[in-house]
Amino acid sequence: MSITRRNLIKTSAIVGAGALAAPYHFIRPAAANGTVDVGVLFSLTGGLSIIEKSLSDVTRMAIEEINAEGGVNGMMINPIVEDGASDPKTYNEKASKLVIRDRVPTVFGSYTSASRKAVLPVFEKRRNLYFYPTYYEGFECSKNVVYTGAVPNQQLSNFIPWIIENLGKKKFFIVGSNYIYPREMAKVCKILIEQNGAEWVADEYLELGHSEWGAMVQKIKDSGCDVVLSNVVGDSVVAFYREFINQGLDHDTLPICATVTSEIEIQAMGPEFAAGSFTSFPYFQAIDRPENHAFIERYRKFVNDPKAVTHHALESSYFQVYLWKQALEKAGEATPEAIREGVKGQEFDAPGGHVKVDGENLHTYLTPRIAQWGADGQGTIVDAYPEPVMPLPYVAYGETPDNLYCTAKGLDTSKL
Amino acid sequence: MADILFIGLSLGSILLLIALGLMITYGAMGVINMAHGELVMIGAYTAVWCGLLFDMNMLIAIPVAFVVAGALGLLIERLVIRHLYGRILDTLLATWGIAILIQQAIRLQFGLTFFDVNVPGLGPGLQNLSVPHWLNRPFDVGGFTVQPYRSFIIALTLVLVAVTWWLMYRTRFGIQVRAIMRNPQMAAACGINVKRISALTFAYGSGLAGVAGVMMGGFKTVSPEMGQALVVDGFLVVVVGGVGSLLGTVVAAGGLGEINGVVASITNDILARAVMYGLVIALIMWRPAGLFSFKQR
Repeated sequence: MSITRRNLIKTSAIVGAGALAAPYHFIRPAAANGTVDVGVLFSLTGGLSIIEKSLSDVTRMAIEEINAEGGVNGMMINPIVEDGASDPKTYNEKASKLVIRDRVPTVFGSYTSASRKAVLPVFEKRRNLYFYPTYYEGFECSKNVVYTGAVPNQQLSNFIPWIIENLGKKKFFIVGSNYIYPREMAKVCKILIEQNGAEWVADEYLELGHSEWGAMVQKIKDSGCDVVLSNVVGDSVVAFYREFINQGLDHDTLPICATVTSEIEIQAMGPEFAAGSFTSFPYFQAIDRPENHAFIERYRKFVNDPKAVTHHALESSYFQVYLWKQALEKAGEATPEAIREGVKGQEFDAPGGHVKVDGENLHTYLTPRIAQWGADGQGTIVDAYPEPVMPLPYVAYGETPDNLYCTAKGLDTSKL
Repeated sequence: MADILFIGLSLGSILLLIALGLMITYGAMGVINMAHGELVMIGAYTAVWCGLLFDMNMLIAIPVAFVVAGALGLLIERLVIRHLYGRILDTLLATWGIAILIQQAIRLQFGLTFFDVNVPGLGPGLQNLSVPHWLNRPFDVGGFTVQPYRSFIIALTLVLVAVTWWLMYRTRFGIQVRAIMRNPQMAAACGINVKRISALTFAYGSGLAGVAGVMMGGFKTVSPEMGQALVVDGFLVVVVGGVGSLLGTVVAAGGLGEINGVVASITNDILARAVMYGLVIALIMWRPAGLFSFKQR
């Protein structure tokens, strides 16, 4: 058949119309054949893959466990695993694919704030649901995201007063990577430091991924501070701790107190460089509970690595699947709206302790803990809250438990 | 002030460590080797592997990494670059592709097992290179704190520069390389085996990258991506110094390192990099062929 212009236009029109209509004809019902699809969206390639792959693994592990127990309301969970490729744009595309084409009622995913911000519009526009496991900077309020990691008040509200009282430190040097998370964390730090009668001598930032710490550590040395508060993220953590020791500083006299440095970074830098420093997180691998020991055991078996480490974002990636399962059981139907209503107030006994989803802001009650790192790469818990603490994503802007900025109705912007 | 100058010096020596290998491949053979960073990464992984499997000290890993990266360089030259001499943009694309291949291969292989053998201690892609204890314990000499690891990098870089200088200016091999640099056709007409010499030069440049990798592993994470960012800095030094000029490369690395170190100490690291790049742009506009370039006829 020769292609004439008229033919071409006609065919294009038909194909075009077909393409437009197609998605609506081939939609699978969300819960057909006794299965329910969910999206699992983490970076399996690229710079963040080292951490995010472990989150993807543990999410699949939780799903397998639930399936082995008989699924949710008799339905098997079918994970659709996608690769965000450490790139926000890919994250956005993959989220759209999961929500629009696969019609999943929920996606579990992402590690960085950049990727969360990239997928957020998709979930808000399509009224879908996203479970985000990472500790983050707060300052966000969405009906379409369930946050199961810590927000600044859950990492710092006990940390700063503890440093001042128990370590007797008065002069803070705040250091971080140059983007939104460390800067927001620094804001909260400064408020808490001043409230507790101490002072901060400087806050300095280094590009994300930058690994030349010579000049910065020199500055820390010269600043006269007696404690370093680190919000440094990613690769730079390793270079920072190594340089710190190489320049002759000592965690005994000038400890680094960190909000990001977890088991995984400690393993990468070599435990001897972090021995004696502190980190604040709701979860540590060293938490001594039978549930946690069993969890570590199962995870190591699942990834076939007897030395694999667990960390905070990994634990929340795990228990959020269970929160979702309970929400679905309560809701009875696998639609994003029903699951969201179901997840409010859900409680679960996670490996690290009791967790509960706040009914107002969809963040999670978590127990702040402080650990001191030992020469074996494990933290010794030196302080812990007696019970889970309420999540306040806007604490840096004056949010208190009696005066919530983020509620079930949405964000009250007049208070900002 | 001495501390700041020392940091600048150590920054410069790291730049030089990366640029030295690039200077040789780019200068001598006109190959823009985008896989240089990956060869650095291979060097670092070799060191990690030496430590894990053979319990070898980091210092012993240096010659091993030189040989491994050099051999890989030779292989790359034989398989790909040999067919692309004189096509500078094509070598850029081809080596960029090789860089991606190497990176992905390492990512696949160093996940949790190595060649399907489960190596205990091999983490989830992020490895650490253990530095000998005496190299990260600083000591005081007359009020000045000596940082052994950085001093070691500076010393090693000086040794490598000396060896390279000797190779290039005091041996038969060096004369042949320099002849090829100036005019490959003429060199071939004079009876120099251009293919063989080029292959060896490329292997030597790659080996230097491997050594750089061992040293970088001492303060960075050893991960599949570690090489990428380094190449840009390496080319910066090579271009500013003048293509193929050993003296230029040394001067440019030292100068840029000091500028970066001093500005970072006075203001901050983010501004320091901006200032450094600004200066590089100005320098290239002033002397497009670099600080020390050959006289062209």
